[in-house]
Amino acid sequence: MAADKVDPIHQFHINTIVPIHVGGYDLSFTNSALFMVVVVLLASGFLVFSTAGRALVPTRLQSISEMTYEFVASMLRDAAGNQGMRFFPFVFTIFMFVMVANLLGLFPYFFTVTSHIIVTFALSMLVILTVVFYGLAKHGLGFFKLFVPSGVPLILMPLVIAIEVISFLSRPVSLSVRLFANMLAGHITLKVFAGFVVSLGALGAVGIAGAILPLAMAVAITALELLVAALQAYVFAILTCMYLNDALHPSH
Amino acid sequence: MEAEAAKYIGAGIACLGMGGAGIGLGNIFGSYLSGALRNPSAADGQFGRLIFGFAVTEAMGIFSLLIALLALFG
Repeated sequence: MAADKVDPIHQFHINTIVPIHVGGYDLSFTNSALFMVVVVLLASGFLVFSTAGRALVPTRLQSISEMTYEFVASMLRDAAGNQGMRFFPFVFTIFMFVMVANLLGLFPYFFTVTSHIIVTFALSMLVILTVVFYGLAKHGLGFFKLFVPSGVPLILMPLVIAIEVISFLSRPVSLSVRLFANMLAGHITLKVFAGFVVSLGALGAVGIAGAILPLAMAVAITALELLVAALQAYVFAILTCMYLNDALHPSH
Repeated sequence: MEAEAAKYIGAGIACLGMGGAGIGLGNIFGSYLSGALRNPSAADGQFGRLIFGFAVTEAMGIFSLLIALLALFG
């Protein structure tokens, strides 16, 4: 790659691998789809493989999957109570998918599935629609008590209800954009610093000596991104738990 | 002024909102830390709320970043 052709956006390009066109719709198998398949295979393969032994004293790998299970289970139990445990498979799947996708995207030349708004928006709409439909099915019109906090003076009620409705409507946007923007910004920063290394390295001996600085920075940012990848998966999962809690117990 | 230049200036101004989110996040983690140092035994139980506050505050900064991205590429 030429030094003046460093493009930090290039990593997000979607390339068609197997073109499929059905009735005017482009349903091609892309690198995004490929990495989603890899993520699902990796996550389920690891869980199936590590728990296959079912040892009473867990091996190291079995401990990892048991710890992830316990982590998500206690998170859901704390946020939504014991009734929330019926959503455990849903929350656990979302947590594993987002975390494995974030972590897999950190490898060089790998595609980050969650750096595209359409993927994260589909995930967050899944969560919000689950909340809305489950809440309406379970509580009927009582679900709308969600927008009417108790103990508010009557004169303030219209304002509070308007704020609650806007806050509810902005949830799918903030949930999806948070994950997408964190992944996008982190990966762009990483590639910009990697680009500095390439540009400086082209300048000769002095440049190569100076390139050590951005290289160290790129390593540090990779470590930070590792934290962000796990943290954002945790944030996505815990917000899912809290929204599900609204569907289970709408009056607050 | 050219429309292209105004677009970039607007995107830059939109990013100022992220400074507010930065102040808010510093406030949240600073308060958590000072509370946690006063009563370390209660700190672990509040970690979930810390992350929730972090996420909700960060959303505001993310919204302004979104506006900036829309101004640049939308």
